[in-house]
Amino acid sequence: MNPAPAATKSQGIVRLEIPARAEWVAVARLAVAAVASRQRFSVDDIEDIKLAVAESCTNAIQHGLPDGTIEIVCEVTAEGIVLTVRDRGQGPPLGTVEEERIGELGRTEELGVFLIRALMDSVEYTSDVRDGTQLVMVKRVSG
Amino acid sequence: MDIKVNVRESEGDAYVVDLTGEIDVYTSPKVKDAITELIDKEHYNLVINLEKVRYIDSTGLGVLIGGLKRVREHGGSVNLVCTNPQIKKIFDITGLVKIFGIFDDEQSAMKALA
Repeated sequence: MNPAPAATKSQGIVRLEIPARAEWVAVARLAVAAVASRQRFSVDDIEDIKLAVAESCTNAIQHGLPDGTIEIVCEVTAEGIVLTVRDRGQGPPLGTVEEERIGELGRTEELGVFLIRALMDSVEYTSDVRDGTQLVMVKRVSG
Repeated sequence: MDIKVNVRESEGDAYVVDLTGEIDVYTSPKVKDAITELIDKEHYNLVINLEKVRYIDSTGLGVLIGGLKRVREHGGSVNLVCTNPQIKKIFDITGLVKIFGIFDDEQSAMKALA
């Protein structure tokens, strides 16, 4: 799979690969927060980005292959940041969870995808048996 | 990154779970274990204090939801103490503000259990 084309000219790309294990997720979110801080994001926006990346890594761990890795590509653009997260698994269930249904107390599995969609400006999943799952998320600098 | 979990008995049959740190896919099992142990001991009125929690993700929310689900089966409740705006925002956008009692201080959370 190729990275999604950035909307504007790239100002820098950082690639990170972590073991698909729970103890590495904090490393991914802190590294991505450091990259995002190169852009003019607010503290709240950086927290959103951290959570979205962590959720995508968590999905990769929960739905990926055992002993796999997660590749995270952070591309800083003039408008914000493009984050691409790839793993070899089949990805999370992508059913759309409406806010009201989370309150039913039984829809926690899809909560991560719900959060990613709520916190980022655009989210695109692709998944297939050969290439695994790729999630491309964009956060734009507001204002 | 770690989470510190402290469980203490409060008024009546209520218990307070103080959490300090970050709740994510790595640390949430520790929180789940503490809540599960309380419920297994038939303590169904809980206050979970998130004042010193800097970060929570969907696995942490799932643990809280799971705990609430279990105590409600026994007529109990889980109230949260939360003052961190970022964490409040997560409860807000997921709609979980509608199912948890969320309070600014422990005293109010405890009072609302009664």
